[in-house]
Amino acid sequence: MTDTQIIAPVPAKAETPFAQFRAEFFESKIAVGALITLGIVVVLALLAPWITPQNPYDLAQVDVMDARLPPGEEAFSGYTMWLGSDGSGRDLFSAILYGLRISLAVGVASGVIALFIGTFVGLFAAYVGGRVETLIMRFVDLQLSFPASLVALMLVALLGKGVDKIILALVVSQWAYYARTVRATALVERHKEYVEAAICLGLSKARIMFRHILPNCLGPLIVVGTVQVASAISLEATLSFLGVGLPQTQPSLGVLIANGFEYMLSGRYWISVFPGLALLLTVVSINLVGDHLRDVLNPRMKK
Amino acid sequence: MTEILKVTGLCTHFFTRAGVVKAVDGVDISLNRGEVLGLVGESGSGKSITGFSIMNLIDAPGRMTGGRISFKGRDLSQLSETAWQDLRGNRIAMIFQDPMMTLNPVLRIDVQMIEAIQAHEKVSRTTARERARDTLGMVGIPAPDERLKAYPHQLSGGMRQRVAIAIAFLNKPDLIIADEPTTALDVTIQSQIIHEAQKLTRQTGTAMIWISHDLAVVAGIADQISVMYAGRIVEHGPTDYVIDNPRHPYTYGLLGSVPSANKRGARLFQIDGMAPNMLALPRGCAFGPRCDRAVDVCAAAPGMSQSCTQKFRCHNPVPEAVKVAK
Amino acid sequence: MTVFIIRRLMQALVVVFLMSIIVFFGVNVIGDPVAMLISPDADQAEMEAAIRRLGLDRPIHEQYFAFIKGAATGDFGRSFIFGEPALKLILSHMPATLELAFTALFLAVAIGIPLGLYAGLYPDSPISKGIMAGSILGFSLPTFWVGLMMIMLFAVHLQWLPATGRGDTGTFLWFETSLVTRDGLSHIMLPALNLALLKISLAIRLTRAGVREAMGQDYVKFARAKGLSPRRVILVHVMKNILIPVVTVMGLELGSLIGFSVVTETIFAWPGMGKLLIDAILQLDRPIVVAYLMIIVLFFVLINMIVDILYSILDPRVRLQEQGA
Ligand SMILES: Nc1ncnc2c1ncn2[C@@H]1O[C@H](COP(=O)(O)OP(=O)(O)O)[C@@H](O)[C@H]1O
Ligand SMILES: [Mg+2]
Repeated sequence: MTDTQIIAPVPAKAETPFAQFRAEFFESKIAVGALITLGIVVVLALLAPWITPQNPYDLAQVDVMDARLPPGEEAFSGYTMWLGSDGSGRDLFSAILYGLRISLAVGVASGVIALFIGTFVGLFAAYVGGRVETLIMRFVDLQLSFPASLVALMLVALLGKGVDKIILALVVSQWAYYARTVRATALVERHKEYVEAAICLGLSKARIMFRHILPNCLGPLIVVGTVQVASAISLEATLSFLGVGLPQTQPSLGVLIANGFEYMLSGRYWISVFPGLALLLTVVSINLVGDHLRDVLNPRMKK
Repeated sequence: MTEILKVTGLCTHFFTRAGVVKAVDGVDISLNRGEVLGLVGESGSGKSITGFSIMNLIDAPGRMTGGRISFKGRDLSQLSETAWQDLRGNRIAMIFQDPMMTLNPVLRIDVQMIEAIQAHEKVSRTTARERARDTLGMVGIPAPDERLKAYPHQLSGGMRQRVAIAIAFLNKPDLIIADEPTTALDVTIQSQIIHEAQKLTRQTGTAMIWISHDLAVVAGIADQISVMYAGRIVEHGPTDYVIDNPRHPYTYGLLGSVPSANKRGARLFQIDGMAPNMLALPRGCAFGPRCDRAVDVCAAAPGMSQSCTQKFRCHNPVPEAVKVAK
Repeated sequence: MTVFIIRRLMQALVVVFLMSIIVFFGVNVIGDPVAMLISPDADQAEMEAAIRRLGLDRPIHEQYFAFIKGAATGDFGRSFIFGEPALKLILSHMPATLELAFTALFLAVAIGIPLGLYAGLYPDSPISKGIMAGSILGFSLPTFWVGLMMIMLFAVHLQWLPATGRGDTGTFLWFETSLVTRDGLSHIMLPALNLALLKISLAIRLTRAGVREAMGQDYVKFARAKGLSPRRVILVHVMKNILIPVVTVMGLELGSLIGFSVVTETIFAWPGMGKLLIDAILQLDRPIVVAYLMIIVLFFVLINMIVDILYSILDPRVRLQEQGA
């Protein structure tokens, strides 16, 4: 079309930004469903020690006689194993909830650390400007030209196993996404009127960065953050599945899935499948929430 | 004179989430062979949509909701999509406003011209190519052989618009709809293009609907003028009559805002207010709120009145005696 | 054009150089080079001899130059496990990986672009919504998990396709490949599809966004106003415009496919260099790890460079900018 104006939807009544955001977020049934699912997953993981029939890592509570029971069988000690048991007789339901705790903890921890580092670097780059900024952003671009999974794999190849090393690998592979986001937003904001007004008022550069520009980065950061946490969880599971992530003593969902892999070909599907479903539910619901957050928080994407 | 195009009561509405936009709401057009109709109005008044409706190129959420279009005596309402394809670019062609956007950036000029010929005629590539070259020559493009091998971005805006005009004339259509073809160009190039187009319509006997928001441009080329406001024709008549004695206050205003040599120094007349919100048109006469001649009856929509010379849609028209300040 | 290629080559060299520093310091500063480069079974005397032989007692910059010199001549040391030169081992596993990655790339383009085209042309149809939901899943599901499910469904349950190994290979031109034998083809199906999944989703999204954008452009409306058939409008006017960027992005993904094949190869026991890497990590066979890292970096840089150059050759708009510059 040559010169048609698209009619913009009538703007909503003046509400607080948060109320408006909430109203818009709850418009999507899928996103709300995903948020609820995610809430349940997190609560279950937090409450694991109190709601599981057994502590799967307390040897006194695990009986090898219960090994490889199919879902719904009754365990030796009386309770029903709704999701079956694994190769060494652990109740899978319990193992999954404990595994979720580890997966979530690793994913969130690395996400948050990466967020802080990335935000700081991005703001710093925008703050100093000039050569240093170019140099930093060149490096960020260079790193982003490699997929995060590959960077993480390279790092664990060099570092070896362990919770701290996995978190380090995840942080290093993800901080650049945050840095790029923050710097891009800061660049846009830097030229807006209110920032120029603040400069005229003689406010210090650091103050402008933290008080004026950083709050504007929050929206994009939240969006990037949700997606990155989901991918951190999924990446950790992948590395652990490959045997180069978390050790057997820290059985995250990825470790559980790997342990069940050998039984898969003989038809004992549940040992891998149920931890996998838990992983899936977590990652997909975070992604769906993130996807919708992007639509709500990014005005350009609005239809 | 044979009538080429007759449009009666054309309505094209857009069903958007925010409401129904009556972009075209009861438009009549009648055009004879070789005649040029100028369609004038502010941006957003529905001129382009009128053109696209005649081409049956309205996309969702828009739809032609009423009216009849007959072309060379044939009613087009029952035409199948393949029959439309035969018609488009062959008997009715269109030129768009922005020459930077109308040519496909990744296809060479010759590809874009030859396909337009071969879509309607079984001719060899070589024949089609020769015809493309000759037509480029006709619209005043130097070294057409080289231009054929170029990509659009290698040509200037004026050149590109000439190419678009050449494409429109390729199949010697009966009707060309030119949608603000010169708006995006420099004034000097603008007049060259108008001259070129005028020459070609004379040579080929092609009728033309020349759309513009600039009454001065249209006055120089059109035989008849239709003035459009908020989806409706508010005044229609032969160019000389409409220019010399506009009856609708809106036309009067448009004319007043055209700078011309013989009223230099006079204050340019401006139409007050903003273009209307198409989602919430005023009741009654859509121009009412901006009109300095508005009276009480304007709260009811005016019908079309007919004078000896022209038609207009106004309860309190500019009197015949009053002339625009000269 | 030549200037552009030369500039691009220089850039590539700089990146490789930077990465060599990172890998080298990764091994020598973050990691323990003695543990990394010398077999853990060695006793004290052997260890000291090895340290001297490897030059680990020399200053770090000298060591770096020795490393670079070795790397440039393809010498990354010998595998602890196989006793063969690390580079030779990796090269011998490379064809299997490349074959898998290219097949996956082909699948991604061949499946993703038509689906994305459909979803872009009919955004409101239920099928399109299904396609888009599928692509969201494709993005969120971990590859290894989908691989497991594929094995369970197609290999264990339905028994349609084999789950592991590469199958028979045949010779095509100079290559040893499983793409030319029936058995080989049936073996590559599942792993290639598994590896392609993420990229299919990517191709769907890119194509759909491109089609939606192009459909609203004047040049498409103009093409329709010329009386062209919808077929020609879509296949020539729309597709030609979006294929160039989509194929470029997909080409850039080849590197990540090679990297990702680590996961797929492990699940499907595909004898490529990814599997070799994981085995090497698990068995602390460091020379192979280092050689793999350097080779994958080289791949990435090469692919990025080739795609960049091809893009500038293919797209008339970019081509002109280069001329103008
Ligand atoms: N796709 C669309 N969706 C909603 N409204 C539209 C669409 N296309 C055009 N319109 C409306 O139709 C009216 C007429 O547009 P148009 O014919 O392009 O005006 P002009 O006279 O400037 O050519 C405008 O008010 C515009 O808002
Ligand atoms: Mg228009």
